[in-house]
Amino acid sequence: MAENVKMVEAPAGFAGEGFFATSLDKVVGLARSKSLWPLPFATSCCGIEFMATAASGYDLARFGCERLSFSPRQADMLMVMGTISKKMAPVLRQVYEQMAEPRWVLSVGACACSGGIFDTYSVLQGIDKIIPVDVYVPGCPPRPEQIIDAILKLQELVKTEKMSRRESPEYKALLASYGINVY
Amino acid sequence: MTSSNLDFIPILLQLVFVTVFVFFVIGLSHYVGPKRHSKNKDVNFECGIKQYGNARIPFSVKYFLVAILFVLFDVEVIFLYPWAVNFRDFGFDGLWKMVMFMGLLLVGFFYVLKKGALEWD
Repeated sequence: MAENVKMVEAPAGFAGEGFFATSLDKVVGLARSKSLWPLPFATSCCGIEFMATAASGYDLARFGCERLSFSPRQADMLMVMGTISKKMAPVLRQVYEQMAEPRWVLSVGACACSGGIFDTYSVLQGIDKIIPVDVYVPGCPPRPEQIIDAILKLQELVKTEKMSRRESPEYKALLASYGINVY
Repeated sequence: MTSSNLDFIPILLQLVFVTVFVFFVIGLSHYVGPKRHSKNKDVNFECGIKQYGNARIPFSVKYFLVAILFVLFDVEVIFLYPWAVNFRDFGFDGLWKMVMFMGLLLVGFFYVLKKGALEWD
């Protein structure tokens, strides 16, 4: 049974008798990546696939996404799953803006990534028109394995992110390009 | 083994330590923590939509009445507990005293019933 369990490797550091020294960025990155609490912004069919992913068969909780929160104040990653209409766009933007840093966005499904097959007057053609996105998941709808793959890719992003990124001018410029002015 | 007042100093120390620790941790997170505000972020969370009006609206007095009557009769029950524990020792004398006590409160209860304070609708 022990062969099937994949253990997390310790980050690169100096180990000695009873202690281990590494950089804070690596430890914080490891801790954050293994405990990303999602905000399931589930709108349509991709939301149903998410429900299957979070349920016992595919079990999202084993990747650290144990506590789903519908409040942005208490969530790390925003999973946008489903068609976002232009009427829903300001709501999505407000929810994203009210999330506490550090925050990441997962765009699940074709509709969230680019509007999907609904190239029409009422559907927003991709959520990256209003909020910055970290990982895109194609599919209509994507299978639970693909959603899990996206979360694993996001975990890699989170693990290697520096703690000072959120104060950096590049990040502030990114947010300013979406009209979010941080002071 | 008799205990003097000095034996309780560790509890006082524990209280002081707990208070200092709580304030220290809250103060530390306030000063060291990052502060990133934006106009929309500081608004109350209302599921992404605009907030309308005040959350404080008048509500029915029946909730208050039920709560306050509960508190009164619960305090009566608290008085009944020592009698229940020492029931045999108090004997008939204790029974008569408790009956007088509960009788007075029963008069109040009948008043409440007749006034319709327990009517829910």
